[in-house]
Amino acid sequence: MSSMWWLILIGLGMACAGLATFLWSLRNGQYEDLDGAAERVLLEEDPGDKGRTHQER
Amino acid sequence: MTCCTTIDVQSIVGQPGTMPDEIRLASRDLGDGTRQTDLSVPGVHCAACIAAVERTLARLPGVERARVNLSTRRVAVAWRTGDGVPPDLIGALRGIGYESHLFALDQDARDPELAGLIKALALAGFCSMNIMMLSLSVWSGADAASRQAFHLISALLALPAVVYSGRVFYASAWSALRHGRTNMDVPISIGVSLAFALSLYDTLHNAPHAYFDAATSLLFFLLIGRTLDHVMRERARSAVAGLARLAPAGATILRDGRPLYIPMSEIEPGSTVLVAAGERVPIDGVVEHGVSELDCSVVSGESAPRKVALDDKVQAGVMNLTGPLTVRATARAEDSFLAEMVRMMAAAEGGRARYRRVADRAAALYSPVVHTMALLSFLGWLYLTGDWHASVTIAIAVLIITCPCALGLAVPIVQVVAARRLFERGIMVKDGTALERMAEIDGVAFDKTGTLTLGRPSLLNAEQIPPSAMGIAFGMTIGSRHPAARAIAEAAARGTNPIMAFDRIEEMPGLGLEASRDGDRYRLGRPEWVLEGRNPENGLAESVSYLTRNGDLLAAFVMEDSVRPDAREAVDDLVRQGLAVEIVSGDRAAVVEGLALKLGVHEVSSGLLPGEKVARVASHEQAHRKILMVGDGLNDAPALAAAHVSMAPATAADIGRNAADFVFLNESLSAVGGALGIARRSRTLIVQNFALAVGYNALAVPVAVLGYVTPLVAAVAMSLSSIIVVANALRLPSIPTGAMSPGPPRRN
Repeated sequence: MSSMWWLILIGLGMACAGLATFLWSLRNGQYEDLDGAAERVLLEEDPGDKGRTHQER
Repeated sequence: MTCCTTIDVQSIVGQPGTMPDEIRLASRDLGDGTRQTDLSVPGVHCAACIAAVERTLARLPGVERARVNLSTRRVAVAWRTGDGVPPDLIGALRGIGYESHLFALDQDARDPELAGLIKALALAGFCSMNIMMLSLSVWSGADAASRQAFHLISALLALPAVVYSGRVFYASAWSALRHGRTNMDVPISIGVSLAFALSLYDTLHNAPHAYFDAATSLLFFLLIGRTLDHVMRERARSAVAGLARLAPAGATILRDGRPLYIPMSEIEPGSTVLVAAGERVPIDGVVEHGVSELDCSVVSGESAPRKVALDDKVQAGVMNLTGPLTVRATARAEDSFLAEMVRMMAAAEGGRARYRRVADRAAALYSPVVHTMALLSFLGWLYLTGDWHASVTIAIAVLIITCPCALGLAVPIVQVVAARRLFERGIMVKDGTALERMAEIDGVAFDKTGTLTLGRPSLLNAEQIPPSAMGIAFGMTIGSRHPAARAIAEAAARGTNPIMAFDRIEEMPGLGLEASRDGDRYRLGRPEWVLEGRNPENGLAESVSYLTRNGDLLAAFVMEDSVRPDAREAVDDLVRQGLAVEIVSGDRAAVVEGLALKLGVHEVSSGLLPGEKVARVASHEQAHRKILMVGDGLNDAPALAAAHVSMAPATAADIGRNAADFVFLNESLSAVGGALGIARRSRTLIVQNFALAVGYNALAVPVAVLGYVTPLVAAVAMSLSSIIVVANALRLPSIPTGAMSPGPPRRN
């Protein structure tokens, strides 16, 4: 019986962690630019760094 | 330069477009001297664009970082320069082929309401899913002790959802009740809170059933509908806000003989305002210095440029085409023509204000029925059994099962899908009711200049002009901003004409272009000036420009405002669908009637002032005809607001765009037919969805009234009906039947 309570506790804890992560990502602006995130995967380097990576190589 | 101004306006104000001062005014301070500027860049659409824009901006001196947001087509630039003058962001982007414009501060990107809705949605989702997990074990037969424990945990989980996520509905229900009305949120609020209270009571008394799962998943489903609805409206709003602003944020005035850039609101009557060629006149005033031509198409619907000189009146919003002007302001910004239009718009607020949403009309019928039914089943069971508790339970089961979960989704989900389909075709819809109103129209009123036509001239007789003359004209016009010159250059560029190079080209404001080469003097422009005094024989309605060498006529260029591609097909299509089509224009009768003949429109009114346009639209409303107004100018804005539903091209004046329910980005007028097709199709789907939801209720209510609804039945029935409604909405086709596909551009 007590194992069941543990499982419920763990289940709720994991769900809480999920909810907290979602709220954090919301506040962090992770959903501001969903289209952009999909396209940025294709970029070789982060263009925001003024092309420094390119020159250093 | 012909005028003898003491101040060279053009050199002070610089090249037209956005000035560094304007960028600085529109930026916000991030602290320690760093400022952030938001630019709207409609042209970015892929990873390569992101890289190009960000890299170009980041290389500019003073720019600390640049970040493109592809979803909103915006780039945020943080910059810091020693003297506070921003880097030439817009020029740099233009250099790599991206048009951009400032995104004003008051249209801030953050949307607190959406964030609140998503938080409420997340909480409701979290709670309902965990409760569902516990409920499943109860349904599969937990023993009495663990059942009560599970119900207690469910109660704890349901409490935040009911209190926090439910707020959205309680607030709306309360404000409706306070005004003596009822809406969809009233039965939702009552159902959810009663279900929670009863389940809590039952849990404490260890009863077998609790409705926590039903209450929270109801909230969850309804919040999905609410959030979708909001997202759709916001998305269209921010897309429209991202278009170029026609009204400048400020203007350059002369104070104590020195130029100074100040915000619009600080301009006093009597101030001297400098307007460079290519800029819009910011304020009503009188010309003090300079000669120029003005493009009044946005203000009056007149397509031919108007010549102005000393002491001529100019209105805010007109485009200064050829020469720099010094204007003395005669009114404050809030008393100008533009502000006058805004006031007329507020007064004209017509169809939109009176319109009641389909969902609200359904709720007005629906909620009394639901409440009566719940009350009757409570009284009936009480009378039959005398058992208070069982009667209340059944009454609440009726409320929950009839709670308009599918109804709450029925309308927004269709409208979200429809908005998506319209987006794919370059049409933005401001809110859901616009689609509902669009489906009801029985007539369309078009503005002429800028709506049926593109608002800029094109060359009619390019084939008749000898190639040598075309080459001369090409060389003369290539640097000019005048619409007629641009039309000639455009036509010449299409052929294989050699460009003639000149020693000197000069633009004479209000007259035309003069160029010289090898001692010959070439003139292109107004017939009487070009022919140097000799009278031209001109019986044509179109505007004509002559090209001469030393006073001898080489060619005559006939210009006409070019009709939008597909205008004829679009009009035919609307007529075929049984709509009355008419033209309401501020332009001269001859021009308007010529166009009407070409498009096959019989109902024409011309020379209308903005107020008369509103009256024309209002007369239709009084006759109970619902009119779609399509217009772009400042003078159309009040009529756009007065009409049952309205549409504007993306090139329209700001306030016109704000007044319109739909904004279309493509040049083709087929957008009108396309939007109508999708609106009508989505109305059918909404009706179907209502039928599905009501049919489902008709099945479920007897079961609930008879007392057979357990929490399991309620949960299954609710989810099933929502899924069916969503699936039905997704059937909306992307190109509706009956609307035309955009054909190849055609010139008339």
